[in-house]
Amino acid sequence: MADLSVQIGSLRLKNPVIAASGCFGYGVEYAPVVDLSTLGGVAVKGLFLAEREGHPPPRIVETPAGMLNAIGLQGIGVHRFVAEKLPELRRLGAIVIVNICGSTIDEYCEIARVLDDAEGVGAIELNISCPNIKAGGIQFGCSLTGTRDVVQAVRRATRLPLIPKLTPNVTDVASFARASEDAGADAISLVNTFLAMAIDVETRQPKLTNVVGGLSGPAIRPIAVRMVWECRQAVKLPILGMGGIANATDALEFIIAGATAVQVGTQNFVDPLIWTKVIDGIDDYLTRHRLARVADLVGTLHLPVKEHAWSES
Amino acid sequence: MLVDVDAEVVENARLSPDYNVIALGAPAIAAISRPGQFVMVKPQAGLDPLLRRPFSIFEIRRDAGGRPTGLTLLNKRVGAGTSLLYDAKPGDRVGCFGPLGQPFVPVDPPAHAWMVAGGVGLAPFVTLAEALAARKTPATLFYGARSAADLYGVSTFERLGVRLVLTTEDGTRGEQGRVTAPLERELGARHAAEPVTIYACGPTPMMRAVAALGDRARRPVYVSLEPVMGCGLGGCYSCVVPVRRGTGQHFVRSCIDGPVFDARTLVWEGLAGH
Repeated sequence: MADLSVQIGSLRLKNPVIAASGCFGYGVEYAPVVDLSTLGGVAVKGLFLAEREGHPPPRIVETPAGMLNAIGLQGIGVHRFVAEKLPELRRLGAIVIVNICGSTIDEYCEIARVLDDAEGVGAIELNISCPNIKAGGIQFGCSLTGTRDVVQAVRRATRLPLIPKLTPNVTDVASFARASEDAGADAISLVNTFLAMAIDVETRQPKLTNVVGGLSGPAIRPIAVRMVWECRQAVKLPILGMGGIANATDALEFIIAGATAVQVGTQNFVDPLIWTKVIDGIDDYLTRHRLARVADLVGTLHLPVKEHAWSES
Repeated sequence: MLVDVDAEVVENARLSPDYNVIALGAPAIAAISRPGQFVMVKPQAGLDPLLRRPFSIFEIRRDAGGRPTGLTLLNKRVGAGTSLLYDAKPGDRVGCFGPLGQPFVPVDPPAHAWMVAGGVGLAPFVTLAEALAARKTPATLFYGARSAADLYGVSTFERLGVRLVLTTEDGTRGEQGRVTAPLERELGARHAAEPVTIYACGPTPMMRAVAALGDRARRPVYVSLEPVMGCGLGGCYSCVVPVRRGTGQHFVRSCIDGPVFDARTLVWEGLAGH
């Protein structure tokens, strides 16, 4: 068995496979089917300071090889999370990555301080990329100064590893990776969903109540891989790569492109028992390729010599 | 316990150009399922359609010794996934995960159990009728459909000793009109001291009407909802329904808090879109 452990800032993960935020509830819902301690980590559903109701249904619609969602970050708020879910996650042996979202920088900081005081939080994933809410989130993630300001402010509010989650809905995602690095982030997650919409042509109505939503699933994977590769070249930070990962091969693609760890989201809906398949598949690959550590595979893309020369000319 | 089975299609009985009953070899799920629970079904491998679909467990199939051998689903062809299940052939493989959700709680005698089904909403009532028969609870099925050809499984309920009240919109079998009409009459004729518990599944307007009738007659009503679902396990928050909380409302996940709800807890105005 190869060494699957990876380092994300000060956080050591036993393997690089993490359940993606928004696709795994608060983690505890999955305890009947998955041993949470076997995962690299669990990124829980995005939390605001207070409870939120989210958007009226329908909140999801299927599209070719993917789905749109506009949940609107329904959630129990950080205080109830710490009181009701965190102790259970600790008991289950999960490495907990808490995804947080705010309408203002002060709200982000306040949530971070609450988590800093709590027992059992492994890292904070800073959601500056949710496409489905009016205030906050993507407003910070679509502006370089906004990204820098919120990362800097939260950096001062917590000692926990800080992982901004970037949106792909920008022209140059690498510049947002650099802004995060400059502002003191420990790692970056990418990508969140692609802003998208679907229309019922018979009724001429949008298929989602929110009109637009975020596209996820295998349909977005090649774009996400490209973005991870661009960010790998722009920053030294560890990257948590995601976007349509449905098996070990998909995960390896992200790792070779430059992701230190990967997150699995939509495919967990299709196959709630996917985890061991991805983890074992990565291990098998490493054995087959005579690699002792998954960390040695990160960012090892072999560029064809000819194309390489062309791209630099 | 939850089980994921790569289930073999044992039989596919096409009842009409829209409806079929598909039998799956999933004994491990059948053995532990309770009335009104559902499974998440992936009609075929591959990326399109991507997601699983929720289905009530229609019947538990058993061998001569009474051991569960599998389960059936009552399917109505409406989209890509349900078309694949309509067209499935014996020997095909279908992903089947479950059993999921809060079950019906069958009432005990001397109470009467009245089941109210509209169309494909019949699906959760075979397993409930079996549980009621095992308790010797007197049971009635009010069952409405468009036409006589759309009334399925009637003999199954007769075998279980269920009293049948059938309605069709075109009057080709039973009473012409909506299933709520005979329900309203019988509720009105029933003495208040005789306990009745109502279970309903079907189109949202039908369930809402049943909830209102039950409320007026002071009879408990339990409904089984069928919203769009992403995961079935509480992970995605897409299948939410509004329930009363204080003076307002609150969205809860129908996959883990339902699909069976006490009708009085629901905010029916907010369910209109389903």
